[in-house]
Amino acid sequence: MNVALNLVALKTIIRKEMVRVLRIWVQTIVPPAITMTLYFIIFGNLIGRRIGAMDGFDYMQYIAPGLIMMSVITNSYGNVVSSFFGAKFGRHVEEMLVAPMSYATIIIGHVAGGVLRGLLVGALVTVIALFFTRLQVAHPFVMISVVLLSSVVFSLAGFINAVFARKFDDISIVPTFVLTPLTYLGGVFYSISLLPEFWQTVSRANPILYMVNAFRYGILGVSDIDIGHAYTILAAFVVLLFSACMLLMKRGVGIRE
Amino acid sequence: MDALTIRNLTKTYANGIRALKGIDLSVEEGDFYALLGPNGAGKTTAIGIISSLVNKTGGTVGIFGHDIDKELEAAKACLGIVPQEVNLNLWETVGNTVANQAGYYGLSGALRQERVEKYLRALRLWDRRDDNARSLSGGMKRRLMIARALVHEPRLLILDEPTAGVDIEIRRSMWDFLREINEAGTTIILTTHYLEEAESLCRNIAIIDGGRIIEDARMSEVLRRLHREVFVLSLKRELTEAPVLRGFETRLRPDCELEVEKGPETDMNELFRQLRDRGIEVASLRNKANRLEEMFMHLVERKGGDA
Repeated sequence: MNVALNLVALKTIIRKEMVRVLRIWVQTIVPPAITMTLYFIIFGNLIGRRIGAMDGFDYMQYIAPGLIMMSVITNSYGNVVSSFFGAKFGRHVEEMLVAPMSYATIIIGHVAGGVLRGLLVGALVTVIALFFTRLQVAHPFVMISVVLLSSVVFSLAGFINAVFARKFDDISIVPTFVLTPLTYLGGVFYSISLLPEFWQTVSRANPILYMVNAFRYGILGVSDIDIGHAYTILAAFVVLLFSACMLLMKRGVGIRE
Repeated sequence: MDALTIRNLTKTYANGIRALKGIDLSVEEGDFYALLGPNGAGKTTAIGIISSLVNKTGGTVGIFGHDIDKELEAAKACLGIVPQEVNLNLWETVGNTVANQAGYYGLSGALRQERVEKYLRALRLWDRRDDNARSLSGGMKRRLMIARALVHEPRLLILDEPTAGVDIEIRRSMWDFLREINEAGTTIILTTHYLEEAESLCRNIAIIDGGRIIEDARMSEVLRRLHREVFVLSLKRELTEAPVLRGFETRLRPDCELEVEKGPETDMNELFRQLRDRGIEVASLRNKANRLEEMFMHLVERKGGDA
């Protein structure tokens, strides 16, 4: 593999992705900012005052890490699935497929685009959160590593969705029927210790629970789950999903006849 | 060295359609090669396989000696593709479209900028570099696809109907441009439905039909083998019936025209001698159809009849 060529190609894809995110900022940046502001006002401020403290933090503080993580996850996923499917739909994905860069470069470039948008929106939501509550970072390394790994996981998942998608409906099915329910049930708004034992066990099958709680641990220092488990699950998903992406690209699923 | 070597290439799609039934093709370095065939003959499938956008079922493809099964990235580096259908990111600017493609081939910095400017100027798109691709006319989009395919200066350029829907003036200027880059050393393979284009530009020709190569020879040789040619003669005086000319078939046409079909055994001097003997004066003469077109139809029809 020509490393220098692939590095230039990777930089080109990332730059192209960032130009796209900024070109359509009304679709990519503004909606999550508005949605999260509403979450903070309604759930954090109005309802949160009646709920009181959770795990020793006021409700607004408690939900802030979950809401930041939720915006990172949905935006990382959404960026890759819409960008790569759009390239397939418009057939300009062929620009990359005919070039002598590796499949890994194409995947990593799009994942990097997803991560950058996820982090950009996550940073914006954090700034919004600071208007409503006070956040202190308890474990900076955990916070940064968990948000990065989670963003990578969902960017890879978005890539796989885009590979299989044949029409625009196919790129909204997973976010609507899988991602959103898992995020809401992933402990963004509550501690799973409030649930009956059975539902706590069921919740532990939801990977987003580990990401939200690990991120909350990074900021607030509290978590419903073991941080070691969260890292293991995140690392396993990164390896598994990246391997799946490579396999799909090599076989040409959804991109070659 | 051959720029392209194809051996026993087959493709069967998932729906069972056998698009390619074992084609063999060799294109020499520096050649200007025409790949012709009716719609659905297998041209675009073959090009898709060469450019690794379509998975082959069997056979081998080598680009400048690089087997696409073993050295795909090296093979891709030698190749530039202008596809039949517009596959531009219509929301991207003209400049970024070409610059991104340069980046995908590892070109960066000043060299990338230099190449982008060189090919956008050559294809007369430099003034539109900041406009979105969607704002370009159909002909401009085709030129942009050519600039994009050339930015890494490939040794082999494949153009799949590059002048479809392009007006005559731009088509002629594109021909001149393609001749120039071919003379500078780029091997070119062209598919087109404008047979005049192939006849004017290409030195060698392959005709593909029904997934098989039915002709593969030098252009001049193919045209020499043309059995019959039809000429339309514009006469100075109208005739009431078609004259009987030995060795020729004649048919009257409206507007004082006479259609004459000649075989390989007769020549034009003989035709004019017989016309002069009958007192028929000819004002002008033209080929009824492009010679290659006649050859093409003859081959394809013969194949259809044989099947």
